[in-house]
Amino acid sequence: MLSFIGKRLLSGVMALFVVACLTFTLLYVSSGNIARNIMGDQATEEAVAAKARELGLDRPLLLRLGDWLLNAVQLRFGNSWFTNQPVFTAIGARLPLTLTMVLVAIVLIGIVATLLGVTAAVKRGAADRIVQVMAVLAASIPGFIVGIVLVLLFAIQLRWFPAISRISPNSKPADWASSLTLPVIALVLNGIASAAQQIRSAFIKQLELDYVRTLRSRGIAEREILFRHVLRAAAPAGLTVLSLQFIGLLGGVVIIESIFALPGMGRLAVDATTQSDLPLVMGVVIYSVAIVVVVNLLVDIANGWLNPKVRVS
Amino acid sequence: MSDVEVVPTAPAVGQSGTVKRAGVVGRLLKNPMGVIAIVILVVIVASAVFAEFLAPMDPTRATNTVLAGPGGANILGTDSNGRDILSRLFFGAQGTLVSAALAAGVAIGIGLPAGLLAGYYGSWFDSLSSWATNILMALPNMIVLLAVRAVVGPSIPITMMIFGIMVSPGFFRLVRTATQSVRNELYVDAARVAGLSDFRIMARHIFGVVRAPVIIQAAMVCGIAISFQSALEFLGLGDPSASTWGVMINDGFRSIYRQPLALLWPTLAISFTIGGFVLLGNALRDALEDQVKVKEKVAAATTSAVITEVVKTPTTHLLEVADLRIQYPQPGGGRKTVVDGVSWYVDRDEVLGIVGESGSGKSQSAFAVLGLLPDNALVTSGQIIFDGHQTVDTRSQRINQSILSELRGKRISYIPQEPMSNLDPSFTIGSQLVRPMVKTLKISDSEAEKRAMDLLAAVGIKDPRRTFQSYPHQVSGGMAQRVLIAGAISCEPDLIIADEPTTALDVTVQAEVLDVIRELQRELHQGIILVTHNFGVVADICDRVAVMQNGRIVEQGDVRSILRTPQDPYTQMLLESMLVGKTPMTKLITQESMGGLQ
Repeated sequence: MLSFIGKRLLSGVMALFVVACLTFTLLYVSSGNIARNIMGDQATEEAVAAKARELGLDRPLLLRLGDWLLNAVQLRFGNSWFTNQPVFTAIGARLPLTLTMVLVAIVLIGIVATLLGVTAAVKRGAADRIVQVMAVLAASIPGFIVGIVLVLLFAIQLRWFPAISRISPNSKPADWASSLTLPVIALVLNGIASAAQQIRSAFIKQLELDYVRTLRSRGIAEREILFRHVLRAAAPAGLTVLSLQFIGLLGGVVIIESIFALPGMGRLAVDATTQSDLPLVMGVVIYSVAIVVVVNLLVDIANGWLNPKVRVS
Repeated sequence: MSDVEVVPTAPAVGQSGTVKRAGVVGRLLKNPMGVIAIVILVVIVASAVFAEFLAPMDPTRATNTVLAGPGGANILGTDSNGRDILSRLFFGAQGTLVSAALAAGVAIGIGLPAGLLAGYYGSWFDSLSSWATNILMALPNMIVLLAVRAVVGPSIPITMMIFGIMVSPGFFRLVRTATQSVRNELYVDAARVAGLSDFRIMARHIFGVVRAPVIIQAAMVCGIAISFQSALEFLGLGDPSASTWGVMINDGFRSIYRQPLALLWPTLAISFTIGGFVLLGNALRDALEDQVKVKEKVAAATTSAVITEVVKTPTTHLLEVADLRIQYPQPGGGRKTVVDGVSWYVDRDEVLGIVGESGSGKSQSAFAVLGLLPDNALVTSGQIIFDGHQTVDTRSQRINQSILSELRGKRISYIPQEPMSNLDPSFTIGSQLVRPMVKTLKISDSEAEKRAMDLLAAVGIKDPRRTFQSYPHQVSGGMAQRVLIAGAISCEPDLIIADEPTTALDVTVQAEVLDVIRELQRELHQGIILVTHNFGVVADICDRVAVMQNGRIVEQGDVRSILRTPQDPYTQMLLESMLVGKTPMTKLITQESMGGLQ
């Protein structure tokens, strides 16, 4: 089990390294354009070249990448080109809100999708059809449109929730709750529907296995078969579904934060993108991938623990 | 009864591609979902192609009539720059479809060949591409697209090509798995032996298999690509002068308080287009799924009259099955009969063999006794009487589970065919033995554990303690089968149903397992039903035998007389096929028929 965790950890760090190298190359390969983008079309060639020098863009790409990696290991990701704030501080200030939303969302998706998926798999009939239709609808309506509809309906028409967040650093918990309710709902609806559908399939796949029939033949109660045996056997597939959902949520939160004007990492990413603030963009990519690597590692460990072939060896 | 008896026929193996495709298109057009999808997509494509002619105005011309409502000169109103919304919708379809096509094209262009190579050749290319796939899948697409946008600006083609790379793992995995499974098929081996080049084998045999799933996945990817492209534009990262639906939504959202309708139209357009792709994908999947399980609702009032009234005949036998008929509803509306008026009985201290080739209905009748038929199976006539309990519920045409849940595991038990797949891999062998005993015999855990040790020893396991603590993957197949036999006798049943209990085992282990069964019966005096295709096993252990073919019993009686003087030609054929083959353990004739309802 320990060597298994070690291997997964190593492959996670490798993935992070590869992504860092690729992203850095992609972002900085056309250094001429970068300085031009910042200075605008009116700037003279000399001014652009000066800016490029100032940002260190005239040095060879490989050297800059090496520098970045060395600094990144010490959690130094450079400074924003526009505010001069360290990237570490800028993201650190925005991350808690985003992580809160994403974690609440994934827990909600996990619970509701499992309930729906298992019900659909076991009861079939109407419950099954509802889950199937929900999955088609969720696939057809993009997350940002769900967000817009929720704002229109519950914030603008019914005025139950604020349309734009009232969160500030010294907000009260009640403000947090009322400001985050709609965004989190917008974030989870599609995920619940598609995860429920996938969990349903995983559960049905297990239900059709031979050992379930044999357990029934031994006189074990149906409830015990479902919750002790089948649910456990379907758990690895379910966890994998949720880990993919989690990756999707990190992207979805970008849109939702923009719709509801929430000061999270997603908004930061959009602003940095609009301004071509590359150190900040780079930081957001690395943070996101690091979060995914951690989550995937946890899922791998959980799956390893659930699988006696891995656990016992 | 309006039953159409569907003669069980072999599913056409290796249908040629053209036949299959014509069938798929036909089924697609019969499915309302498919028709809706096609109509939507045709409308969208037409809007894109003929935008110049359809659009009443120049989509980029700004006017002073800002945010006008529908009606008047502008049929759907105007946006915040006074541009005509309807015209912009028509032109927006172009960008949307280009996005979808580019993303899907790039994703297929990478995923399909990579998946073929990785699945066909394996080795280092497989490891490398699988590793790259895992990294790609760990990247949040939206974040990557933002990074791309930061470098290249608002370019739909570049963004969507990068997105195509991001979603190529979907195709890669699909094609790789399909290729791996086809590669090991005999006909691919044959093609290789015949000297066909790898390229031709891939193009001809494997491409045909992966084509359909790739098309389905492509429909889905088109939908997702449109969603991401418009989301980026909605975030304000698109080109504000472009006539695309995402830009229109962005514009409409900013004027939401003044003219909500400006937001409605592009939102509808996007949702319908994505919905069209999703429905197309789903309809295609439905059309390709051959074995659609059809569940028939049985209206109790109409069917009860048809069923022969059950007269509870007092029977002296432990189990008596009379005139049993099991049917499955078919997609076309008919029913497939898998067991057709079968009658037999078994007594204590007796082993009844039910013999027949796969698909003869022998396992189906055994599962009916256990009440473990698939959900869609119907018991349309007959009775099953176990020790005075009639277990067929004639009204619902199903096995009465409330009666059987009292019998199953307690008085009737089951030894399955495939030892490894019949133990839950997540639990130790010990816990799988203890649990039923604690429930059924109402004994304590420690008592049950002690009993389990005795049982394991009784079925010939040398180190019961170690097996007790093992997980199923740690024991051999023969060992697992002994464990299953121990489980079957653990609650002292009166009747054991053994479904091919030795088929999956090595020849030497087969004999040992049969010995175990026979010795246990000598001590415990159960009745045993042994389902098998093997006359060697029948000769070895059975007292009486029933021979089944196509759901009917062709002959039954004392095992000696049937082995010596078989009356039915089918029995003679089965016996000859065994005796001519030199060892008694050869398989019976392998007529690949009856379509897998075993």
